[in-house]
Amino acid sequence: MSEIPLLRIEKVGKAFGRHQVLREVSLDVHAGQVLCVIGPSGSGKSTLLRCVNRLEVPDSGYVYLEGQPVGFRWTGDGLHEMTSAQLAAQRRRMGMVFQNFHLFPHRRVIDNVTEGPVVVNGLDRATAREQAMGLLTKVGLADKAGAFPESLSGGQQQRVAIARSLAMRPALMLFDEPTSALDPELVGDVLDVMRDLARDGMTMVVVTHEMAFARDVADQVVFMDGGRVVEAGPPERIFGAPEHERTRSFLSRVL
Amino acid sequence: MTFAGSPARESAGGGAFRSAEGARRVPLRHPWWWAGGAVLVLLIALFARLLVTNENMRWSVVLEYLFDGEILGGLVTTLELTVLAMVLGLALGVVLAVMRLSANPLFRSVSWLWLWFFRGVPPLVQMVFWFNLATLIPVIELGVPFGPALASWDTNTVVSSFSAAILGLALTESAYAAEMIRAGIQAVPQGQTEAALVVGMSRFQVLRRVVLPQALRIVVPPIGNDLISMLKFTSLVSVLATPDLLYSAQMIYSRNYRTIPLLLVATIWYLVLTTLLTLAQQQVERRMQLTRAAAGRAGDVRRLRFLPSFGKA
Repeated sequence: MSEIPLLRIEKVGKAFGRHQVLREVSLDVHAGQVLCVIGPSGSGKSTLLRCVNRLEVPDSGYVYLEGQPVGFRWTGDGLHEMTSAQLAAQRRRMGMVFQNFHLFPHRRVIDNVTEGPVVVNGLDRATAREQAMGLLTKVGLADKAGAFPESLSGGQQQRVAIARSLAMRPALMLFDEPTSALDPELVGDVLDVMRDLARDGMTMVVVTHEMAFARDVADQVVFMDGGRVVEAGPPERIFGAPEHERTRSFLSRVL
Repeated sequence: MTFAGSPARESAGGGAFRSAEGARRVPLRHPWWWAGGAVLVLLIALFARLLVTNENMRWSVVLEYLFDGEILGGLVTTLELTVLAMVLGLALGVVLAVMRLSANPLFRSVSWLWLWFFRGVPPLVQMVFWFNLATLIPVIELGVPFGPALASWDTNTVVSSFSAAILGLALTESAYAAEMIRAGIQAVPQGQTEAALVVGMSRFQVLRRVVLPQALRIVVPPIGNDLISMLKFTSLVSVLATPDLLYSAQMIYSRNYRTIPLLLVATIWYLVLTTLLTLAQQQVERRMQLTRAAAGRAGDVRRLRFLPSFGKA
């Protein structure tokens, strides 16, 4: 493809102390695509996702969002590191959903969703509320708008977290094992919301252990192990005819 | 070896299983409760007799001065000192706590030094020191550092006994508040900061909208406790001849020599104030729990809009 990918990860490396977590990982995600990252725990999937929005700073390599390097801006004499405000502006283009939701416990559900638009974008409260109610309806939680997060189930909290991210109208959504902390019977509701989102054309990078979801929804599946991309391709090929022995043995254990 | 218990020996009852149903039950007796209680009641009675029968208490004098204008004026000064010192101390405390957690080593060291100094020097020593500041720095100048002054004031007019008292109390409080608030900030999970950053907030917005509201909620009980301490510490200002509650009482008894009754007047007012503050603290804590519980039961925003929202700082 000749168009600029929405997200490009270019030779990203990251170490924690002497432990090399990511080794020269490169990936492209085009607008409207869903990329699922699978692999054993400790393979660097979550760190890769956190490098995308610079919650972790890569030791080497660059991440590009809409063609612009994340955390840096071009000037005449080269790349300048962004100020915290500039980085914040770039992060607004990327929503992120965490394994443990991280809703703001001191704010009601509706305020969790309006917080970003009101505080960051300066949207007036009434418009923000209206928009938030629309998003909560979309994730099936309009009736919980006035509740505090602690009174919701894990699955409900995660759907609120998704609505909170969508409220910022991001170009890209990052999901870091969104269903791993949920009771099995609550996983389905969250995955349904994510399916709808993919159908609406949202570009998504999903780190997941839900193989059925990856097979159904992903345009591209990436198998990672030991900080490297072992294999990448359409789900039919990764699940149907994996090339690498490592991929086969992983899939035989999780499927 | 078996894991089942050994069969019960047939000793006490002698013979077959005996059901407990319908038997007379004797509760455990607590003879020491009664003995201890009796001693306490006796002591209370002796103390009550001292209060009532001792002539020197002069309850009539206490009543006479309880609502005396001078005393009430002192009461207002005490409240002013408490509120001002507390507000200044807390505001400084937040800044110091954030500096202490900063990535910048200079901020961290300055904050550490500040805490070390103001936690180490007794507030009374500080007050006397601030009051005598003019001896050290006769004129306060505002201007270019090491350059010409743009404005200047006589130190003695700026630092009155009241402001010296406020400085001593507020700076000590700032050191203690900083440590409490730092603990509160550290108790807020890292995920909260990350979630806020991901929404696109700047570092300052994260602190003001997400971390501090949660941290302050955690430190409400210790800060309430500090407020009560502060109320009592204000009585130190009597050494600077600031007419607070205690000093007003002292001025009156230096004229009429009715020391004990006037000290009783001050004591009663201090107790009234600390009781009110304790009740207020309980209310604040209860309300924070109630709002959440209520919102947990009913999900409708419209019905709950009039409940106080503590997030909107």
